[in-house]
Amino acid sequence: MTPVHVTIENVSRRGFLKGIIATGGLVVAAEFLPARAALAAYATGAEKMPGGVVTDPHVFVSIDPSGLVTIVAHRAEMGTGSRTSLPMVVAEELDADWSRVRVKQSPGDEKKYGNQNTDGSRSMRHFIQPMRQCGAAARLMLETAAAQRWGVDVAEVQTQNHEVVHKSSGRKLGYGDLAAAASALPTPSPDQIKLKDEASFRYLGKGNVQIVDLFDITTGRAVYGIDAKQPGMKYAAIARPAVLGGKLASYDGTAAMKVPGVEKIVVIEGTPPPAKFQPLGGVAVIARNTWAAIQGRDALKINWDDGPHGAYDSAAYKAQLEETASKPCKVVRNDGDADKALASAAKTVSAEYYIPHLAHASMEPPSATVRVADGKCEAWAAVQSPGNTQEELAQKLGLKREDVTVNVTLLGGGFGRKSKCDFVLEAALLSREMGGAPVKVVWTREDDIQHDYLHTVSLERIDAGLDQQGRVVAWRHRSVAPTIAAIFTADPKHESAGELGMGLIDVPFDIPNLRCENGEAEAHTRIGWFRSVSNIPHGFAVQSFAAELAHAMGRDPKEVLLELIGPPRIVDPRKSQNVEAFPNYGDPFETYPIDTARLRRAVELVADKAEWGRKLPPRHGQGIAVHRSFLSYVATVVEVAVDEKGGLSVPRVDTAIDCGFAANPERIYSQIEGAAVMGLSLARYGEISFKNGRVEQSNFDGFQVIRIDESPPITHVHIVPNGIDVPSSGVGEPGVPPFAPALCNAIFAATGKRIRRLPIGDQLAT
Amino acid sequence: MVKLHVNGQEQAFDGDPTMPLLWYLRDELGFTGTKYGCGVALCGACTVHIDGEAARACITPVKDVAGRSVTTIEGLDPNGNHPVQKAWRTLNVPQCGYCQAGQIMQAAALLATTKNPSEAEINDAMSGNICRCGCYQRITAAIRAAATGA
Repeated sequence: MTPVHVTIENVSRRGFLKGIIATGGLVVAAEFLPARAALAAYATGAEKMPGGVVTDPHVFVSIDPSGLVTIVAHRAEMGTGSRTSLPMVVAEELDADWSRVRVKQSPGDEKKYGNQNTDGSRSMRHFIQPMRQCGAAARLMLETAAAQRWGVDVAEVQTQNHEVVHKSSGRKLGYGDLAAAASALPTPSPDQIKLKDEASFRYLGKGNVQIVDLFDITTGRAVYGIDAKQPGMKYAAIARPAVLGGKLASYDGTAAMKVPGVEKIVVIEGTPPPAKFQPLGGVAVIARNTWAAIQGRDALKINWDDGPHGAYDSAAYKAQLEETASKPCKVVRNDGDADKALASAAKTVSAEYYIPHLAHASMEPPSATVRVADGKCEAWAAVQSPGNTQEELAQKLGLKREDVTVNVTLLGGGFGRKSKCDFVLEAALLSREMGGAPVKVVWTREDDIQHDYLHTVSLERIDAGLDQQGRVVAWRHRSVAPTIAAIFTADPKHESAGELGMGLIDVPFDIPNLRCENGEAEAHTRIGWFRSVSNIPHGFAVQSFAAELAHAMGRDPKEVLLELIGPPRIVDPRKSQNVEAFPNYGDPFETYPIDTARLRRAVELVADKAEWGRKLPPRHGQGIAVHRSFLSYVATVVEVAVDEKGGLSVPRVDTAIDCGFAANPERIYSQIEGAAVMGLSLARYGEISFKNGRVEQSNFDGFQVIRIDESPPITHVHIVPNGIDVPSSGVGEPGVPPFAPALCNAIFAATGKRIRRLPIGDQLAT
Repeated sequence: MVKLHVNGQEQAFDGDPTMPLLWYLRDELGFTGTKYGCGVALCGACTVHIDGEAARACITPVKDVAGRSVTTIEGLDPNGNHPVQKAWRTLNVPQCGYCQAGQIMQAAALLATTKNPSEAEINDAMSGNICRCGCYQRITAAIRAAATGA
């Protein structure tokens, strides 16, 4: 039996009721041990994530006597809309009136809330079912409370927009009237709960709910990590070693201490790589305001001992990657005999693609405020993984997990950077040094770009063989790139199974002799998850090469792409030789197989909507690409115009996405529109390069991103319609990978110039 | 001592007069709606109005605004209902939202002088404001909507 602890407490709502007149009074809240039993129509990998899944409405839902429903958002908000969309799922099943729903952000606590790592395009995919169950359980509790009040059977009552109605008599009770009695009830078991019929959905799948922070964002009231303010707060800026593993040799802080407002200089010990999420170390200047801290930091005179990575040079590294890819590498998937088929092919086609490091460059750089005092730690931070941040802080400070509170602010963009809590740990160490005063650490843009956990750099080489009839009979893809695993283990040399399974070994092509290889590559900087991760280089190579094959055959790229994909079927990489593991983004293959029918449908849909093959003005071209990532299928057609001087513009983008059931179409549109902009940014300008172990770029001049005048004026988003029975899959990331190859395929169509090295930069200049 | 008006209120600052207005607004006055993005006028996240004109607070020393009038996102409209703010909400412009205060201030300054801007005028006025989430097509649409009252 589940122990039950019911408490009645006066919950302050000022943190999430800004600008809204709240009714006063008691909020009835109950604390139960989380019920983990799942009412799932299909299996996901959610249970295997740290913290797993929690569905208990006592954890997520509270209702005050006025009927105001508060729903906890346990995942971070960085722009995808999950802070709105997941509570919306609860509200749907609760049959709540959305205008009487408030959202409260949970602190980091995965034991209580389940997994909180807002990464990997997992929020809706892993939590649509648990949040439906949560809302439906709460609805049943309200119905049960009403039935008990009226002395009738619960089957005789039903909810109707924030009220429970007795069907035969028409009697009604509002949710506020029932909250206290309902909260005292035990959580219904999954077999008692009945989910709503899809036909009765009012919010789910409709796109009629606006993000809960919309008013605050447009009025400057929304609070991000950088906006945290605590009494007695100090401000810190940190000089970090420019080279991975670099150490502080000596420093002179005399000039820094003379900067008005500077109070203290503190050395932070670095951790030798692999350092996971540990701070880089360096010298911190603590001051009375941000400006003084930055001025003081810039006045430090520091000598660094660079160590072995001081020779990292991007040009030399690229040559090394090319050398590695020129020879046989570790075979990571094998069907048939690609070498033999290549040797006997009537025609061979080969190409090498280079995709450089990228910086996340979220508009809000990493920022956190932390207070460490009296054996407790409290943080206010823009983190994608508050649960992990809580664990890391506890470990670093030698505190118990429950003595660490991580308050999650809005994130001014994340893109994977803010999954790593190094910047929060920095602030914690500094607060301790300041005797427990809260310390805010702000990374400047230069800090952000020069000390990021960068997207990998990669060399992709593909060789294909055609037979006499022009059919592709051999495919050999060599991928060489330093791995994210290098931040966790020493010298892993090869891409991890997760990275290999992002568009390399899961290539869905119908080719009898198909081999994937992975070369050794050493990491000389921190490599981290960047929106879409290894799908960017793998997808760029595979989808560019598909169009190169079409050109070699003298055929239409879309037709060749469909031919490569082959007939509708399930492609299971685990059935090929040499595949050690295929994690499938952490989700069961049976729930989310690689279904070429869906891949084909995305291609057909986008081609139809974009009017593929229509007559275009001179110097215009269309390009197409399709890629499955994060369990969703996305196809893009980009139209470009390239003027006589090589000036590039993108007059139109069409993207089709099949992400299973589309829970919040409005936010899916915005994610895909944004993916086109990020895809264009990385294709045109995105490059972080190293010289002498140091990043050569430092701000938005050296690391350029797309601005409004270069942005596609319109991205048409076409969502493949699916019922609730089709498992929801990723949305935040899958829009990015097909963009760059579709763009470069369009450039080829317009100009005959094939781009194999990103960024495009001045390669089109004539 | 630097005296200035911020959102209609007189303020006096006796700190470092070379401190950028951005940090004065954020750290000293608590107007955190104005955001840091680059520190060198490359991204527009810190855009405010100085005497009605859009300016980058990150490169404007406090001493340069002595005797002048600064408006931040918090002061754009007492109820948050400037036509640009309303259009932003109607068209669901923001994703993460971090750059949006700067975008809105830039757009409001544009519409104050150019009642019905062309696409070229919108691009010209807004190209200093970066949105990493990529909300640009909705920004353009919202400016048009605010201009036409649609």
